[in-house]
Amino acid sequence: MAHHDSDHHVTPLNVYLKVAGGLFALTFLTIIAHVFKAHYLGLAPYIAFLIAGAKAYLVMAWFMHLKYDTAGNRIIFATGFVGLALLFAICAIDIYTRVYQGSIL
Amino acid sequence: MSTNRLVNGVQVASHYRDEKHQYASNKEGIWLFMVTEILMFGGLFVGYILFHSLYPEMFAEGASFLDWKLGFVNTLVLIFSSLTMALGIYFNQVGQPSKATWALWTTVACGAIFMIIKYFEYTHKFHMGIFPGKFLDPVMMAEHGHTVQNANLGLYFGFYFCMSGLHGLHVLIGMGLISWIAIKNMKREFNPKYFTPIEGVGIFWHIVDLIWIFLFPLLYLVG
Repeated sequence: MAHHDSDHHVTPLNVYLKVAGGLFALTFLTIIAHVFKAHYLGLAPYIAFLIAGAKAYLVMAWFMHLKYDTAGNRIIFATGFVGLALLFAICAIDIYTRVYQGSIL
Repeated sequence: MSTNRLVNGVQVASHYRDEKHQYASNKEGIWLFMVTEILMFGGLFVGYILFHSLYPEMFAEGASFLDWKLGFVNTLVLIFSSLTMALGIYFNQVGQPSKATWALWTTVACGAIFMIIKYFEYTHKFHMGIFPGKFLDPVMMAEHGHTVQNANLGLYFGFYFCMSGLHGLHVLIGMGLISWIAIKNMKREFNPKYFTPIEGVGIFWHIVDLIWIFLFPLLYLVG
């Protein structure tokens, strides 16, 4: 291993390669699940997004280095997703509680 | 104006206590920027999911015009580019800047491959009369053998072109930013103690990948 002169956390090269390998494998898994989706139609979207979530974790934790970042930066990034959840919840509650008057929009 | 000083071998701007303070502030700024990115794309995702639940048949018809094989290849290209981007940082951390330069230019090349595939996808749709919203041309689509089933199919393609177009714009901007740091890298402006710009641009490039990870199943597979 090359030695380094840095205060920052250095992720070893083989870890990056493993993470990339995992991402490629999960992408192939997405396609395999898609090809065989006739067997579990209702679940297909959930399976696709479950795999996407696993890929997102790998990218955020290792490539974006959040695993070794400060708690403050992790919280900052998380607030984006909290805001998104609020936006989705409020919009969904609005649309699905409207009284039908010839159009639902 | 420039009152930088050298602290522990790093150029530090005057308003920072030391190089660690500067690094922490820079990183925090990047993460705040990433929150705005999540919220911008998030609004489109929320809109897509809600309209999809209101008009599932229309979204299924729209998605049937997309070729998942092209989206799949683009996913592989972006994942590979995320790896080379991370290696661009890694090789600077371990003091091998010329390898980092190669990694960064490879990342730019992957961005270009992604955009070329996107170009073929877009032009194919334009030839068939598929445009966003009211510009969708059912007559032209009929000439190409597709009878439009849902009168408001243009809504689906409004989402498709907005989301993939905004993402494509990010790829182009990312390619520009990575070229900028690759040139700085060739001028040997980074070292194991200082590589903040590569890390910042890297986080931006990874979020472009992150958004595509969700766009791919949403647009191409779930439909």
